[in-house]
Amino acid sequence: MKNKKAITILFTILVSVLLLAACSGSDDADSSSGDEKTIEFMHLWPEGSSAQHNKIVSEIISDFESEHEDVKIELEVLSNEQYKDKLKVLSTSNELPDVGMTWAAGFLEPYVDGEMFAPLDDLLEGDLNDSFVSGTAEAYAIDGSTYGLPLELNIATVFYNKAIFDEYGLEAPETLEELENVVTTLKDNGVAPIALGNKDRWTGSLWYMYLADRIGGGDVLTNAINRSGSFEGPALVSAAEEVQNLVDMDAFVQGFNGLSDEEAKSMFMNEQAAMYLIATWDLPNYTTNEDVPQEFRDSVEYFNFPTVDGQGDMDSFVGGPGVGLFVAEDSDVKEEAKEFVSYFVQQWGEKSVTEAGVIPATKVDAESLDLPQMYVDVLDDLNQASNITLFADVQMSADVAQVHLDMIQALFGNEVSPEEFAEKHEEALSAE
Amino acid sequence: MGLNVMNKVMSNKWIIALYVLPALLLIGVLIFIPLILTGYYGLMEWDGIGAMEYIGLENYINAIQDAKFWDSALHSFLLALFSTLSLIVYLAISLILASKIKGADLLRKIYLIPMLLSSVAIAQLWIKVFNPTNGMLNSFLVAIGFENPPAWLAEPSVVLYAIFIPILWQYAGFYILIYYAALKNIPESLVEAAKIDGATPLQIALKIKMPLIMGVIKVTVVLAVVGSLKYFDLIYVMTGGGPNGASEVMASYMYKLAFSSNDFGYGSAIGFLLLIITLIVTVIVRKATATKEEIQY
Repeated sequence: MKNKKAITILFTILVSVLLLAACSGSDDADSSSGDEKTIEFMHLWPEGSSAQHNKIVSEIISDFESEHEDVKIELEVLSNEQYKDKLKVLSTSNELPDVGMTWAAGFLEPYVDGEMFAPLDDLLEGDLNDSFVSGTAEAYAIDGSTYGLPLELNIATVFYNKAIFDEYGLEAPETLEELENVVTTLKDNGVAPIALGNKDRWTGSLWYMYLADRIGGGDVLTNAINRSGSFEGPALVSAAEEVQNLVDMDAFVQGFNGLSDEEAKSMFMNEQAAMYLIATWDLPNYTTNEDVPQEFRDSVEYFNFPTVDGQGDMDSFVGGPGVGLFVAEDSDVKEEAKEFVSYFVQQWGEKSVTEAGVIPATKVDAESLDLPQMYVDVLDDLNQASNITLFADVQMSADVAQVHLDMIQALFGNEVSPEEFAEKHEEALSAE
Repeated sequence: MGLNVMNKVMSNKWIIALYVLPALLLIGVLIFIPLILTGYYGLMEWDGIGAMEYIGLENYINAIQDAKFWDSALHSFLLALFSTLSLIVYLAISLILASKIKGADLLRKIYLIPMLLSSVAIAQLWIKVFNPTNGMLNSFLVAIGFENPPAWLAEPSVVLYAIFIPILWQYAGFYILIYYAALKNIPESLVEAAKIDGATPLQIALKIKMPLIMGVIKVTVVLAVVGSLKYFDLIYVMTGGGPNGASEVMASYMYKLAFSSNDFGYGSAIGFLLLIITLIVTVIVRKATATKEEIQY
């Protein structure tokens, strides 16, 4: 009897100790032997969904480790949305990884305000001097200091299915009018003209941004966002009108406001829709990705967004750098972390374009590389680009971006008039 | 012997405290402290990253005047209403299943399956069902002659009700299981006696069985209402609250504010209001369904 009681008590104590132990985290995971340093690195390319990216990262890490024997890289990999959430939670408790990934402008701002990220100007002036495509590293600058080093650069273009176009004798449109004719022809033949997954909202924003760019010029939207212009200006209102014109002529697939970008993409890739406006991160799907049928890849081409009423510059793009690397301000291995970031960026450039089909933010010599034609074209376009307008929701601060994105959905859903659309933007921006 | 040990152990107050302590600590640390903190963060202007600034009740006052918040609250209450009404259907199904029909066992398992799936899997499944062009539902509607079936998740007037369907479907098995277990607990002798007295099956169901499981029914009403008010999963995955807030519920609105708009202070205030609303409603539901006597078999 007594024994049993003792065992019960012992067991209870054991359980509570275990529970308490589980509660107290293991903060000192990196307290390894004296001279070996550990850099914690968090990225968002899991093996499953971004196999090639993941592989390049592993290669760069093992190269770095073999060149720096006293440094170890500790990896944590999460997928996009989880990554964003975790980064936020970690920063709240001041436990950011030494090196991680961030997005430009609006996303970056609170982290810089909270002094979470270290300025990387010394790298830009040193090892990485003049290695970025102009306009990319700048997107990570706040008050004159740069806090992130971009890895990717994407511009949005309209991909289209040439096989479908040929079937109905259509040409890639160069004006909005021609685009509307293409839409009508496709529509009359029972083909869904444009795949759009506007549940994600930034997808619709691309259409709006391009129309604004063509009607009002490359800086009209940027000016409205930085308050030297206004959303109620004629160009931005008529861009909203053009969006609704396209919606009214059923240019977009049915139920686009409830479809995710992934679903829209699969419609385009299953040849259920003829056109798809997306950024160049999708290039592998139309060139090198072996999982996509060769026949389809051969039939995809792209055109730059058409002009509107004879206005607009087809060499002006919507786009911007994708993710970039940051170094945590209170990292205890800051010097090593900076060295790693610099090494990473240098290695990434060529590897990323040849192995993963990413357009890197660093300058690469396209001539010397063996690339699919579509890449060469895009790199050419980038060289000729007169302007790259950064994605609107990235430019805006987080809460204005939410208003913008919701309004995009409402505009495409004909729930608001172009005037109300502009008014809500003005309201949100002036409340800042 | 077992009972004897049990009594001995339970008579020692220290042991009771020891047993209760781990759970109490866990609940305290993981639930009550964060709860209080949430209320406190609601008093702050905070982007979730940088420094906090005390702004008093401003967030709470803004929330009360926020039309979007009340829209989302209305959606949550609609969900609560539909969840509660659907309980009637589940009860009817359970009554049928519990009255020794053939294949009841198989049917019960079939109803239970949605409960075994994770919310995200269910969401993906129903996104496919609702797909406006390739979806099962619209293909079926077109096949039987509808010309323009709605794009279920894209139309503001439809989306909320469309999304209720998988939510209700998801929990059907859970409530059916509870009702079924309760009905199986009713002594056979009572039903036999009623039969001998000439009661019809409907009378047995309504006048004998239902009153006997009233306690369970009340619990399920509370569960359904509270569960609906704080509901999040499928809405977040299937529409993200869109289009333009048409399927936003309180919890998804809170998430959006805190994580997408970077407004942790305001998000926390909404979260705290959500807690208060849920508490008030729970009290009301309990009061409304309170009876004095406890039923004994």
